[in-house]
Amino acid sequence: MAGNPAMHEMSLAESIVQIAEDTARSSGASRVSLVLLEVGKLAGVEIDALRFCFDAASRSSLVEGATLVIEQPEGSAWCLPCGGTIPLSSLADPCPNCGSHQLQVTGGTELKVRELEIH
Amino acid sequence: MCTTCGCGTDHVHIDGVGQPLARGSKAPLSGQETFAPAAEPVGELAIGAAAVHAHGTSAGRIVQVERDLLAANDSWAQRNRERFAAAGTLCLNLVSSPGSGKTTLLVRTVAALAPGLSVSVIEGDQQTSNDADRIRATGVPAVQVNTGKGCHLEAPMVTKALERLDLGPGGVLFVENVGNLVCPALFDLGEAHKVAILSVTEGEDKPLKYPDMFRVADLVLINKVDLLPYLDFDVDLCEANARRVNPSVEVIRVSARSGEGFDDWLAWIARRVAAQQPVPGTAGDEARP
Repeated sequence: MAGNPAMHEMSLAESIVQIAEDTARSSGASRVSLVLLEVGKLAGVEIDALRFCFDAASRSSLVEGATLVIEQPEGSAWCLPCGGTIPLSSLADPCPNCGSHQLQVTGGTELKVRELEIH
Repeated sequence: MCTTCGCGTDHVHIDGVGQPLARGSKAPLSGQETFAPAAEPVGELAIGAAAVHAHGTSAGRIVQVERDLLAANDSWAQRNRERFAAAGTLCLNLVSSPGSGKTTLLVRTVAALAPGLSVSVIEGDQQTSNDADRIRATGVPAVQVNTGKGCHLEAPMVTKALERLDLGPGGVLFVENVGNLVCPALFDLGEAHKVAILSVTEGEDKPLKYPDMFRVADLVLINKVDLLPYLDFDVDLCEANARRVNPSVEVIRVSARSGEGFDDWLAWIARRVAAQQPVPGTAGDEARP
């Protein structure tokens, strides 16, 4: 899996290009120069792989050559037993306050196109 | 829409001429924006190239999109889910690493269920129809989806495969995903449950290494337990690790080879099949007071 070039990042990159092209076309634009993404740190996405796949997936599209800006919201969770809102760097981590694993993830799983610059 | 050029509704018009805007603001235009009569950009709302409607210049405009990357997949998954609900079919999405014994487990499972239930299988692999052939040998209908380089099944692939399957009422559809503990976690296929399979020839810490997958699974099957006497694998530790990433997950220890634990696994399925009733048609819903 790690190191396998056939990763889900290619599917995600294709989705990005699709969303950007649809938006550009429906706005009468002929080119997309910037794509602003939100990819949370717990979203299970390898950023380098996503960039690599984006370059491949955007070739010969309205999005070719666009700058990819990626915001990476930190992971956060709500701990059910102690009621605290805590930072979370891995889904396998316990609550730093009480050690519980009964956590409801509240941030860091975002995976969306936020903005585009179109021409 | 701009009648001059067909561009989007968030274009500003001044004297009937659309303005390509470079905007830093995130809010959509309200129509109440005011423009200083200056040729220079003012504040957040900057008019490029003065009053000239010039497409193809370097000044682009920012549009808010806010679209989830998985939205298209999820809408197909929802369509599949409605189809399963209408047919009263329980769909289980089986995920694991390659070599966990998923297909062997599935062969034994469908052979046990098929006499009494309508059972069908969608097999996902990058290449070959070997797995579907193994299922078909039991007499259960199977459709093979080859993803080529793709490392996971996506919802539209399942929709397409469903065209070839006749879902009987109160039945079970098993979707055997591509062997991969990373990518299939992200793609909803419309299933009722994800079932993660892990074998005792792997590491006890696999749930910690691949938390995304174990977090979205409702059941973990620990397979090949007939090999435990020959291994140092700590099953209790493995279970504890699975519960660390997913405190509510159920765990059943099985052997697809000896059949150990299959009573529990088959009972788990039977309980969910019983809970799955065909959804009445729209006409029936309308007839309700």
